[in-house]
Order: sequence, then structure tokens, then C-alpha cells
Amino acid sequence: MRALDRKLFRDVWHLRGQVLAIAAVIMGGVATMVMSLSTYESLTITRDRFYSEFRFAEVFVSLKRAPEPVAERLAALPGVERVETRVRAGVKLEVAGFSDPITGLLLSLPDQGEPLLNALHLRRGRMVQPWSADEVVLSDTFADAHGFQPGDTLAAIINGKRKQLTVVGVAVSPEYVYQIAPGSMFPDFKRYGVLWMGRNALAAAYDMEGAFNQVSLTLARGAIEQDVIDRVDAVLGTYGSTGAYGRSDQFSNRFLSEELKQLQTTATVFPAIFLGVAAFLLNVVLSRLIALQRDQIAILKAFGYPYLAIGVHYVKLVLLMTVLGVAGGVALGAWFGQGLSNVYMETTFRFPYLDYRLNAGVILVALGISAFAAVSGTLFSVARAVRLPPAEGMRPEMPEAYRATLVERIGLQRWFSAPTRMILRHIERRPLKSLLTVLGIACACGLMMVGNYQKGAIDFMVDVQFRQGAREDLALAFIEPTSGRALHELAALPGVDFVEGFRDVPAILRFRQYHHRAALFGIQPEGQLHRSLDSNLQPVAVPPGGVVLTDHLANEILHVKPGDLLTVEVLEGRRPVLQVPVLGITKQFLGVSAYMQKESLNALMREGNTVSGAYLAVTPGMETELYAKLHERPRVLGMVANKAAIQSFYATIGEFILFYNLVATLLAGAIGFGVVYNSARIALSERGRELASLRVLGFTRGEIAYILLGELALLTLAAIPVGFVVGVGLVGVLVVAFQNELYRLPLILTPENYAMGAAVVIVSALLSALLLWLRLGRLDLVAVLKTRE
Amino acid sequence: MMRFMPPDNANPAVFVAHGLTKVYRMGEVEVHALRGIDLTLYRGELVVLLGPSGSGKSTLLNILGGLDAPTGGEVRYLDHMLTGATETELTRFRREHVGFVFQFYNLIPSLTARENVAAVTEIAAAPMRPEDALALVGLGNRLDHFPAQLSGGEQQRVAIARAVAKNPAVLLCDEPTGALDSATGVVVLEVLEKVNRELGTLTVLITHNAGIADMADRVIRLSDGRIADIHANAAKKAAHELSW
Ligand SMILES: Nc1ncnc2c1ncn2[C@@H]1O[C@H](COP(=O)(O)OP(=O)(O)O)[C@@H](O)[C@H]1O
Ligand SMILES: [Mg+2]
Repeated sequence: MRALDRKLFRDVWHLRGQVLAIAAVIMGGVATMVMSLSTYESLTITRDRFYSEFRFAEVFVSLKRAPEPVAERLAALPGVERVETRVRAGVKLEVAGFSDPITGLLLSLPDQGEPLLNALHLRRGRMVQPWSADEVVLSDTFADAHGFQPGDTLAAIINGKRKQLTVVGVAVSPEYVYQIAPGSMFPDFKRYGVLWMGRNALAAAYDMEGAFNQVSLTLARGAIEQDVIDRVDAVLGTYGSTGAYGRSDQFSNRFLSEELKQLQTTATVFPAIFLGVAAFLLNVVLSRLIALQRDQIAILKAFGYPYLAIGVHYVKLVLLMTVLGVAGGVALGAWFGQGLSNVYMETTFRFPYLDYRLNAGVILVALGISAFAAVSGTLFSVARAVRLPPAEGMRPEMPEAYRATLVERIGLQRWFSAPTRMILRHIERRPLKSLLTVLGIACACGLMMVGNYQKGAIDFMVDVQFRQGAREDLALAFIEPTSGRALHELAALPGVDFVEGFRDVPAILRFRQYHHRAALFGIQPEGQLHRSLDSNLQPVAVPPGGVVLTDHLANEILHVKPGDLLTVEVLEGRRPVLQVPVLGITKQFLGVSAYMQKESLNALMREGNTVSGAYLAVTPGMETELYAKLHERPRVLGMVANKAAIQSFYATIGEFILFYNLVATLLAGAIGFGVVYNSARIALSERGRELASLRVLGFTRGEIAYILLGELALLTLAAIPVGFVVGVGLVGVLVVAFQNELYRLPLILTPENYAMGAAVVIVSALLSALLLWLRLGRLDLVAVLKTRE
Repeated sequence: MMRFMPPDNANPAVFVAHGLTKVYRMGEVEVHALRGIDLTLYRGELVVLLGPSGSGKSTLLNILGGLDAPTGGEVRYLDHMLTGATETELTRFRREHVGFVFQFYNLIPSLTARENVAAVTEIAAAPMRPEDALALVGLGNRLDHFPAQLSGGEQQRVAIARAVAKNPAVLLCDEPTGALDSATGVVVLEVLEKVNRELGTLTVLITHNAGIADMADRVIRLSDGRIADIHANAAKKAAHELSW
């Protein structure tokens, strides 16, 4: 078989343009897969390692106040392994030179020894000195956002008292990998920070000496989490606990899990789409390529080569291309994967380190899928070519049977010149081949649309959320539920245009076996600022006497429909368990919420006109002054400014989207060019003889280019609308696959998405046309006159 | 040797070639396809190029037709210098003055007989009507057939109609009967003879078949890249009298 192998390498060299284009298609698919899967695995492994090295707790509970000895009762509970009590305090922070409201969370560190649970990974500086009075360690996101270094100072309003703090270190905690201020939609590193200080100092400032208001614990081997939670609740119920919960309800971990789940979806859906399309294209392109070699196959057969040897020969040829593509794809995917992981680390997850892993299994799967697609496409064509009797295969092909096309038969023929007729008839002669080419090009267009879809979707979600739903400029929370009269005081402040009160009550919503831990939101039904939206995204008033759920919460989490009775376990005050009817379902793209009329919620809680916080419309330009006024009010705890939140959101995800678009454009572009170029190149091989004859007859290069490229142009143009349909379909798959608690992507495609899809096809076609044009200049005219070999 | 001169001085020279050589270089090996050809071809003659396979017939024809450039020497067509002409000039030369007929017809499969001819007449200056050209080759009743619906001989006649329809000054045929049986070949030769007679087209016909030489005005024998012999037929035979 040495001669055959030599033929193999010659063929590869001869077809190098096409080999590279096919490898590019494979590379695009494989790179997407390797990138997503390796990022997912790396982040998951990193998270698990971080959690275990830094002793992330398994059950958490917050309460009003319990004396320290209660901890011993908890430690004695069956199933509990280790217990650590803490003091936690919500604070307002003051940073010199920054006038926006900053919310902070202060957590105690034991004054003796390391924390048993939820240890800190120190990035810079040192831990607080035992018994120090004013030293704090900052979460690194907050520190980095403001450029804090050890030695800098900031102030905190703790319990209405202003306290000067000195930064001694910057750290990362497994508890706060994902940080979002309560009531906020997005992480905002500048306006929310977590701080740690010595237990003694914090307890003194917060009136918690000899007591605690937060407990973390780990489970003994084999213990059942829910049992332990029930036992802990039984002990702490009398101390104002809001209910113990496991990791799955722990805020940071829950978001982290959702993000990772979504990343895992990305890692399956995107590569499935990309690799699927690549496999399809590979199959189409290769079967045409092999069909072109049918005379050579006939000769090999005439020589007496067995079918198997011939099959193996061509399989080797395509495997060579596949391996080339997979190798390139793995390299590119690993590179992109590291980039993507780093973007995640900078924007979303704060891990102290990244454990980047590229699993050999991923590579094997990529190789397997690509090889299968390539080899099956090849074997089919080889089998067909091998079946031909050698003599027939070697004979110059009989002219193929053509006929007048439909447009001509209906009487339009006089409008077409001979070259135009050639184009039309060629397309009609091979409807399947033309269709496959159109589909292939359309796939490239669709991939491009999928790759660029996110930005428009996010813009749309943000617009709906903040310009239709949550239209307030500022949301503020009181330290504890307060009389509605407080709203009048707020309305009287300078710069406040409008005030709406809200009541939010922490609760567990249950229906059959499903449950969700969330806040029940009481809003004003006639509200102008904070409104719920119907399925047409029009504001609707919340009806009295029941609860309205956002679509994802109702359909995917609780599985309730309007009319069902929801069990609401309130986690505040006297902790009533209530039956509340579901009255309706509203549309929300970001997060999930349960809304009631404020009055109805007040009635359920058996309280008068009570609010937990307020939504404010602020006169533009008055923000700074108003923030300062609110900052001074001891009862105002946290504030979230929407505009700032949106801006910081875009700042953080901007990089992410940029990266993603770049990668998607590159990969879809590679696939697009691979397909278009191959289609064109094969068309040239198939028709080279015909075109050369025309050149001999005196046709110019331009005239034969018209015949070849005219067909390409026609197919490309036909592929664009088909591509739009493919794109919408693929985005539809994405939308369904990506539903999660954090957000649901809307099925929105912007004109830019369509333009990008069309552009990748058109640019690929122009580039291919240019390359073909150069090739047409090298067409061997004399060879046409020769006897066929 | 007397008859080296053209039979009739009224017929001016169409092609004049001097010292044509052609060397194909394939790596280390040099193939001398033409080793110095001097040749003049006149308007209206029917010339047969005869010679064994590999003697350089096709190479010579391709150079005359502007498809290939010689390694040395020069060719003139009327008052145009072909040697040294640009690709664009050669394309125009082929388009306006030369008709080609190939051994394997090379029709466009997606066009009917009429349209195959029209493809060429559409780009010609003063062409015949495609129907007339096809009538000339005896295919007036096959206008709307696609190549796949025609026999080999018929396809070759369409190819001839396509070549002559633009009223070329020169018709170059490289083994036009090579792929046909002798009865069909005779029909094709009759067509060429008719075109030559009725339109006065200089016709150069390659064959390695000595039997066909009898229909020529002049027979040029090539051997190993050189002209071995040129002789004029005193009494040329009609195509239908030929057999091989
Ligand atoms: N493209 C080419 N490359 C190398 N050698 C060639 C090429 N074309 C023709 N030859 C060589 O030139 C010689 C003459 O060829 P050709 O003119 O085709 O002969 P004929 O038509 O008389 O059979 C032959 O030896 C042939 O092998
Ligand atoms: Mg020859």
C-alpha cells in the first residue's frame, strides 16, 4: 500500500485549500465544545476545591439574638459536626470621595484562632489582630473596586453609630464567591462589600456581647440535611430565627450553582449546535469531494485493489483532515477556555485561584464525533463509487441529462443569456446538492446569529426590567418593618419626586413537593414605580387577596397555576403558616418574584400599614444630596440605585459579551468560510472542464467567472433567508435550554443579529469568490483538449 | 518538392511560423515536443496534420490556436504577432478568429444544441444564426436536444457547428473522429469538408490516421517534433470515399 499512501499525501497537498477549509469547520465545532466544557469543569473543580479547603459550612441560620451557651445545644444535636457562631451586621459604609450609597455586611471573626468554618483566603495584608478594635478585612471585589490597600481607612454606620475602620487585609470567602446586595439584581462591586472584623469589637458595636445572631455548621457523616435543619429550627425558633437552610439556599452558592448549571447548558447546547452543524457540513463537503474522485477509484479497482483497501485509503484521507481540525480545535478551545474562565473569575466568581483543567475525555469525545461525521460521509460516497464497474468509472462521464428549467418552461427563456441558463439549469439539475449547499451556508448564518444573540437579548431584558417593571431610581430598606407614615417623611426630603412603600417578608413558598425560599413582595397595586407585567409586557395591577407569581417561579419551580392554593411559611415575626391563593402569573426575565398587594400582605401579617422599604423617584441632579440625607437616617439600612446597578452590570458583563462575541464570530466565521469555500471549490472541480472549454472557445475569464460565481451568488443569496430561519430556530433552542432562576432569555433578534448572520455569509462568499477568481486564471486550457487520463 | 509552394498565389498566408520550439520541463526531465517548425498555412486550405502519437501535433495546434506559447520561434496570424501576446489578446484572438473542435466534443451539458452554439454566437461579432450552423452540419432537426440526448457523432457535429457559427477564419480540429467509429467519423469529416468548401475556412485537422489524409489539400507529417514531409494532394478525395 506504499503507493496508495503516497497518493494520499499528494492528494492532501493538492487539496490543501479544501483540507484547511474542512479542518476549519471541524475546528470551529471542536473549539466551542472544548472551550465550554473545560471552562465548566475547571470552575466546578475550582469551586469544590475552594469549598473544601476553606471549610464552607453546610447549614446556615440567621436569628435575632441568642446567648452564646445556646451554641452548645446546637453542637449536641445529632447529625451536627461542627458549629460556629458569629455576629453579623448590616451596615452603611462611607468611602472618601465616593458619594453613592454603599451597603455593607460586617461579619465577625473569632478573636482566638482560625475560623472553624467559612475560612478566609487572604489575598493581601494580614488577618485582624486578636482583640483589635477597629481592624477589618475587606472582600477583594469591594477592595479592588475602590483601590483599598492595607492601611487605608473607611467608616461604617453600625447600629446608627459611626465607626472608623482600618483595612488590614483583603480576602476571598467561600461564602461570598458571588456577591449581591440584598434587593439588588446584579453584583455591584463598588456599592456592596463584605467586611470581617474581630468578634469582640463587632459585638461591642452591635450590642451582641455574649450573644450571636448567625450560626454556620457542618453535618456529621451520613446525617440528613433536612433532619438537622428541623432540629436546629426547633432550638432556635424562640430566638427569632428566619429558618435554617442548606447550601442549596445559601445565596452565593445558589447563584454559583445556577451560573454553573447555565454554563453546563452552554457547554452542551452550544457545542451540540456547532459540532452538529460542522458534522453536517463535513458530511456534505466530503461526499462531494469523494464523488469527484470516482475515476481514480475505478482505476484502483481495475488494478485489483480490494474494496476495503480503497475504503481505508479514503478514510485515511478524511481522518487526516479530522485530526488536523480536532487538534486545532482543542488548542484553540483550550486557549479560549482559559480566557473565558478568567473572564468568569473577573466578572462573576471570586475564587482565590483557578484550577484550569482540560480533560482528555473531552478531547476524545470531540475526536469521536468529528471522526464519525467525517467517516460516515466518506464511506457513503466511497461505497457508491466502488459499486461502479471500473470501465464505466474511467470512461469520460456521459453528458448529464439537463432540461429547461421551470422559469424557462413558463416562457421567460428569452430573458436569459446562455451563461445564465447554464447557472439556472445546473442548480435545477442537482436540486438536492443545491439544497444541501444552501442549507450548509444557512447554518453558518444561523450560527453567527446565535453567537451574537446575547447582547440584544440582555439589552431587551434590562429594558423590560428597568424601564417597564422596576422603574424606581432608588430602592431603600429600613432596618426593620416600619409604619407607613415613614413614607411621608421620605417624600418630604429634597430631591424625592415620588415614593411608593413596599413590604417584603421572607418566606418559604410550598406547593405539593416543591418549595422556594424567597421574599413575598407587597407592592402598591396602583404603583407607578414598581409594577408587574403581563405576558405582553404591559403593566398589570396585582389583584387583592392573593399572590401573583412570575412565570418561571410558577411554571418551573413551584408548578402551580392560577387558582391553586400556595402554602406560605413566613419566616418573620410570629412566623405564621398561611394558605394563599395564586391569582395570576406575570412576566419577568430577570430573577423570580412573588407579589401581593401591600394591604393584603399587611392583613395576612396581622399588622397595620407597615412597610419594609420604599421605592423612590429622584429628581435628576439631586442624587448626591439625597443620598447624604438618607445616609444620616439611622432607620434607613440599605439603598440600591438602579442606574448605578445597570451601569455596573454592563461594565462587568461588557467584557464577557465582548469575549463571547469575538469567539462566536471567529468560530462561526471559520465554519461559514469553510462551507462556502468548499462548495465553490468543488463546483470548480466539477465544472472545470466545461469552463476551460469555454475559455478555449474565446470566453473571457470574467465570462466564465460569471457562470461559476453566479451560481455561488445565487445559492448564497438564497441561503441568507434560510439562514435567518435557522438562526431563529437555534436561538429558540437556546432560549428553552437556558431558562433558569436567574434569568430567562427573551426570543429577541435585533437587526444587528440578522446583519451579522448575513455578513458572515456574504464576506465568506466574497472571499471564496476572490480565491476562485485567482484559480480561474490558472485554469489549464490545453488539458481540456487532451485525451482523458 | 515542387508543391511546397501554395497551389494558388491568390490565397494569402494566414499563419506563418518560424523556428517554433516547445520544451516541457518536468523536474529534471526536458521533453522536446517541437524542435524547430517552419510553416505557412493559407486561406481556404484543408490541412491534415499527420503523425504518430507524441510527435507534437497537438502542441503545434495549440500554439496556432493561441492556447499555448512556444518556447522559441514566432508565429504570426495575418498581421498579428501571436508570440508575446497577452492573455487578453489571445482570448480575443480565439474569440474572433478561431473555431476549435475537440476529440471529446466538450459540449456544455446544461445547454441544448442550439444554445451550445448560441453560447458562442452571443459573444461573436458577425455570427451565423445558430439554426443555420446546425443545418449546415445536418442537425436542423435536433435544435432543442441536450447533449445527453445526442449520439457521439451528433455531439461532434454540434461541436463543429459551434466552432464554425461565428464564421472563424480558422478551424482547428484535434482528432475530431478519434472517439467515433469509422462510419460516424466519415459523417463528421463530410461536415468539415463542407464547411471548408462552402465557407472557405482554413481548416487544420489532426489525425494519426493516414487514411484521412487523402481528403486534404496538403498533408503535413510530423515526427518527433519536426516536420518530416509536406505534400499536396493532386487529387483529393471526398470524405465519403475514405475508409479506415
Ligand atoms: N503538459 C505537458 N507536460 C509535459 N509534456 C507534455 C505536455 N504536453 C505534451 N507533452 C509531451 O510533448 C510531446 C508531444 O505531445 P503532443 O503534442 O500532445 O503529441 P501528439 O498530439 O502528437 O500526440 C509528447 O512527448 C508529450 O508527452
Ligand atoms: Mg494529440
